[in-house]
Amino acid sequence: MATEYREYGASTNPPAMIQVRDLTHYYGPRPAIEGVSFDVQKGEVLGFLGPNGAGKTTTMRILTGFMPPTQGKVTIAGFDVVEQSLEVRKRVGYLPETVPLYTEMTVTGYLKYMGSLRGVAPKRLPVRIGEVIELCRLGDYRKTIIGKLSKGFRQRVGIAQAILHEPEVLVLDEPTIGIDPIQVVETRRLIQDLGREQTVVLSSHILPEVSMLCQRVLIIHQGHIVAEDTPQRLAQSLQGVERIELEVRGPIAPVTAALRRINGVTEVTATPGRNRHTFVVQARHGQDLRDEISKAIIDGGWGLLSMQMSTMSLEDIFLRLTTKEEL
Amino acid sequence: MRRIQAVAWKEIQVYFSSPMAYIVGLIFLGLTGFFFVRDLGDPFPEASLESFFQGATLILILLAPTLTMRLLAEERKLGTVELLLTAPVRDWEVVAGKYLSVLVILLAMMAMTGYYVLLLFVFADPDPGPVYAGYLGLFLYGAAALAIGLLTSALTSNQIVSAVVAMGILLVLYFTDFAAGAVKNTLGSRIIAEISTKAHFDDFALGVIDTKHVVYFICLTAIFLFLTVRALEAHRWK
Repeated sequence: MATEYREYGASTNPPAMIQVRDLTHYYGPRPAIEGVSFDVQKGEVLGFLGPNGAGKTTTMRILTGFMPPTQGKVTIAGFDVVEQSLEVRKRVGYLPETVPLYTEMTVTGYLKYMGSLRGVAPKRLPVRIGEVIELCRLGDYRKTIIGKLSKGFRQRVGIAQAILHEPEVLVLDEPTIGIDPIQVVETRRLIQDLGREQTVVLSSHILPEVSMLCQRVLIIHQGHIVAEDTPQRLAQSLQGVERIELEVRGPIAPVTAALRRINGVTEVTATPGRNRHTFVVQARHGQDLRDEISKAIIDGGWGLLSMQMSTMSLEDIFLRLTTKEEL
Repeated sequence: MRRIQAVAWKEIQVYFSSPMAYIVGLIFLGLTGFFFVRDLGDPFPEASLESFFQGATLILILLAPTLTMRLLAEERKLGTVELLLTAPVRDWEVVAGKYLSVLVILLAMMAMTGYYVLLLFVFADPDPGPVYAGYLGLFLYGAAALAIGLLTSALTSNQIVSAVVAMGILLVLYFTDFAAGAVKNTLGSRIIAEISTKAHFDDFALGVIDTKHVVYFICLTAIFLFLTVRALEAHRWK
């Protein structure tokens, strides 16, 4: 995988906000990530997608300077995460997967503490806390003890501390995990707002979320990057086949046979229903067989109830990419 | 410096917003009060604080770990250690801030015993030298005990384990003085005696400020604080 990214080194573009080269990290004898390389440009929102244990958290912990990598080099805003860790940490806001909060403190007290730790100027701090509380919609909870907040609000406090010092880079590890759907929507909106000005790296295993929030997706599996592109392009490039879904009133076997006879059809799968059946027809790339299919159904004397062409979702890509290695 | 202050100030606030500081302070004052009064009940009492200082060192074996156990173990339990280690703060600054906060609590507790000194000076005519020396010794001893407690707090996420282990170390260090008497080999017994915190504290209680003892306590504190920084760093490698 590493060779594919080597060209970045010679790139004439302005240096990327985050540069990751040949990153490898071992926990004991097993690598959590191996030979991971990527760039994140300023102002970009990058999504890490992968199942649990793929190496997302490990990568993020290295980016934030929490732990040094076994091998490889990471620079953020031109600073090395190992050699110039403090400079990196000043420029990075981090929301770990388990939101780290002092449960006995009030929201404001916590933000005040985090702000002074992060080196926000004492004069600026109260103003900035006000802004952040506004941004994360925590206005009614300034004096609430964090331990009494619901999970969703704790998440917001977590994000508030991450953006408090106006970092250039925001690293969010599973920012919407374990909170209720309404709060998920709000959290996503907040991330979208932040992504307009800041460089954001977020991880998730929820695919629609990543395709909604990110301009670019890295799919990481078993410690390797298996794909990297925009959500749209990823969908296109992997789309080797066209899928057509149709609902037909008619017997399964003859319909399937008729569909198979059409030139260009590679596969037909049928899902029986009560008096109508769903068929999924896969055709070779670039062929639109809807005319032929509808003709075949009509000619057979069956009822065509609906027909739909579906492009492959990220979810499918994800499954394909992540299951391929195991084959 | 501002970051050390921030860490220390936060911890001090936590001490006083939870019952911990008050409980520990109460026990400390109650027990040292007993030691102070005990000798004065003699038919021909001596106007000294020696018994108070000796008692205070024993009590600190139990109380110092109770104060420090929370400091780093809780950060690990809550996961906030990840924030602390990704904030632009050096590891030693974190340790310094935490240590400073608990040192302030120790000083506050010692300040409250000033009441005994006041009583002694009002009702008797004590020699002031041993009082100064005793307080210096008590502070140095307490500082070392807190450093030991801070190390055990950095090594575990379980506060109870931290406290018990620190108490164990403090007890062993205190009582090696007695063990030294049981060892026949003169060199061995000397080494064991030199390790003992009690052996080094006794002179202070008598009013002697010996640089040897001062250096001993400062070294003990420095070693354990250094190990604490290392233990905190070790979190990054797990």
